[in-house]
Amino acid sequence: MQAFVKHNGLVAPIDRANVDTDALIPKQFLKSIQRTGFGPNLFDEWRYLDQGQPGEDCSGRPLNKEFVLNQPRYQGTTILVARANFGCGSSREHAVWALEDFGIRAVIAPSFAEIFFNNCFKNGVLPIILSEDVVSQLIDDASNQEGYRLDVDLPEQCVITAQGERFAFEINGAHKHNMLNGLDDIDLTLQNKAAIHEYERAAAQRTPWLFSDIAG
Amino acid sequence: MAGKTLYDKIFDSHVVREADDGSVLLYIDRQLLHEVTSPQAFEGLRLSGRQPWRQVANLAVADHNVPTLNRAQGISDPVAKLQVETLTRNCAEFGITEFGMGDLRQGVVHVMGPEQGFTQPGMTIICGDSHTATHGAFGAIAFGVGTSEVEHALATQTLTQRKSKNMQIVIDGELGRGVTSKDIILAVIGQIGTAGGTGYAIEFAGSAIRGLSMEGRMTVCNMAIEAGARVGLVAVDEVTIDYLEGRPLSPSGEQWQQAVSHWRTLVSDPDAVFDEVITIAAADIEPQVTWGTSPEMVVSVNGRVPATADGDVVKTQSFQKALGYMGLEADTAITDISLDKVFIGSCTNGRIEDLRAAAEVAKGQKVSDRVKLALVVPGSGLVKEQAEQEGLDQIFIDAGFEWREPGCSMCLAMNADRLEPGERCASTSNRNFEGRQGQGGRTHLVSPAMAAGAAIAGHFVDVRNHQAGS
Ligand code: SF4
Repeated sequence: MQAFVKHNGLVAPIDRANVDTDALIPKQFLKSIQRTGFGPNLFDEWRYLDQGQPGEDCSGRPLNKEFVLNQPRYQGTTILVARANFGCGSSREHAVWALEDFGIRAVIAPSFAEIFFNNCFKNGVLPIILSEDVVSQLIDDASNQEGYRLDVDLPEQCVITAQGERFAFEINGAHKHNMLNGLDDIDLTLQNKAAIHEYERAAAQRTPWLFSDIAG
Repeated sequence: MAGKTLYDKIFDSHVVREADDGSVLLYIDRQLLHEVTSPQAFEGLRLSGRQPWRQVANLAVADHNVPTLNRAQGISDPVAKLQVETLTRNCAEFGITEFGMGDLRQGVVHVMGPEQGFTQPGMTIICGDSHTATHGAFGAIAFGVGTSEVEHALATQTLTQRKSKNMQIVIDGELGRGVTSKDIILAVIGQIGTAGGTGYAIEFAGSAIRGLSMEGRMTVCNMAIEAGARVGLVAVDEVTIDYLEGRPLSPSGEQWQQAVSHWRTLVSDPDAVFDEVITIAAADIEPQVTWGTSPEMVVSVNGRVPATADGDVVKTQSFQKALGYMGLEADTAITDISLDKVFIGSCTNGRIEDLRAAAEVAKGQKVSDRVKLALVVPGSGLVKEQAEQEGLDQIFIDAGFEWREPGCSMCLAMNADRLEPGERCASTSNRNFEGRQGQGGRTHLVSPAMAAGAAIAGHFVDVRNHQAGS
């Protein structure tokens, strides 16, 4: 997983509440066997005028010119700002895979759906919770000022504007540690390697029939 | 100190490490894999250069996407084909046993695991599939997980988990004739609702549960998830032990004796305290039929489609929405609902006992002309073989049912078996959600005997009357 320490990026506003995982990645793309390659289908129904099919080359598809991420000034966006309850709906991890593959490093919103929020930390995308007021201000600024960028400083836990205005955010210690070090859950668990082996040795004594591959 | 519940005993004995925030690293004894939720997990292993922690702790099978007809010709849908082939490739690369499409042991993952003796009492078992609760029938903690967790368990043999609360559902007394395990679990969901078990592990107990075969107990635990619980379980007894004896992956020789004496301890202590206890008299349970788009929208076969939910405004709205989707009028008698298709199969009711119950009703009868398609899909190749040895296939074929190859089939319609918009189906599966069996399809969940009875009459019938008459 890609580590997240500090990031400076172009900001695009998604001025909606309840952006659900179906909007992030429609269900026909779940037939894929890949974890990558979902980027061209991020927000598929909003981004294109036709209906996308899995495996289709998106470069020739008709674009919805109105949609934020299709506008020339937002090309290269790495930070999204959206309204409340971002990522609600089905638990599909594909939604985060699509954001990551598209190049999004952070999403700022007043609140997130729980499963989506947790899935973000498994994939190196930083979800940042800021107040409704601050989010409104950021959406306005990103809409009105071309080339609007933000700094995200994870060690300091704050978002910083070009003018130096700082907005602090909360994050739990385990999540912060994972993101800073680019550790996924598996890396973290593997720090307990010895304990897992120890468990197996003891369990192989108690219930040897479950551990024919491990000497008791 | 109070005694422990069965769930607590198994959970506590699998804790590798407890974190300060109360979450634990839980050891996972076994993982089942299928083609739909595993490809990205394997790709994750590949990208990070990791290997499975314990290859033999995993067993794979393709079930969701496989065709139930003309299997020798392979899979015609290229996307499905790639998903199935990818499972085979991944299993070969990572040294995991897979039962391929041509293997007699292939079948729905939750039918195959117990059949092989892969599922055993006291284990923690996971699968990237919510109906993993099925395996709890053996006195195991079994639950469904997402793709990241599939990868996590492959790589570390553990998962980070929090303990659930304990609920006990006691079904005491004797079931009426023609009333089955499917009716028990539908009646339970009707009573506690689809969120009733959220946050709980449900232990099913009482003399009616003790009286069920392993097949029946699996049907009950299978649908614990439809009651909101990730885990459903039943204590170990002689029925459990008899079922496991001699299975290919069951312990043998000296280890069999050792295992059996351990398994006998896998019951809740008499003084264990449950956070919630619900008691239902078996004698009160009648054959059940769902009428709506959620498993909790269920009544007895002699009931009527309800109109309102006792003045509850929000619920009444969802009732009306469900009636609209189902194309039903309030107050219709369940036995007046006629059917276009019938599906007998799935991990809920695709086992030998289910096929026997359906065949008993179908024997010497004919599927109604009104019914366009009546499908029987065995849960596995071994179930199919057993049924054919007993002559059940011929009973079905003579009656006008189609006898198919094993797989998930019309339970979720990922292969070619599906409902067309507006078609109405009596199904022995577990979910009657909008579009579950095909876009616009209308599903009524019932037991295998009730499904067979409906196929013959062309509408729902109380299977108890049929059995009295034949
Ligand atoms: S039979 Fe149905 S519920 Fe069971 S695993 Fe297959 S799709 Fe899921």
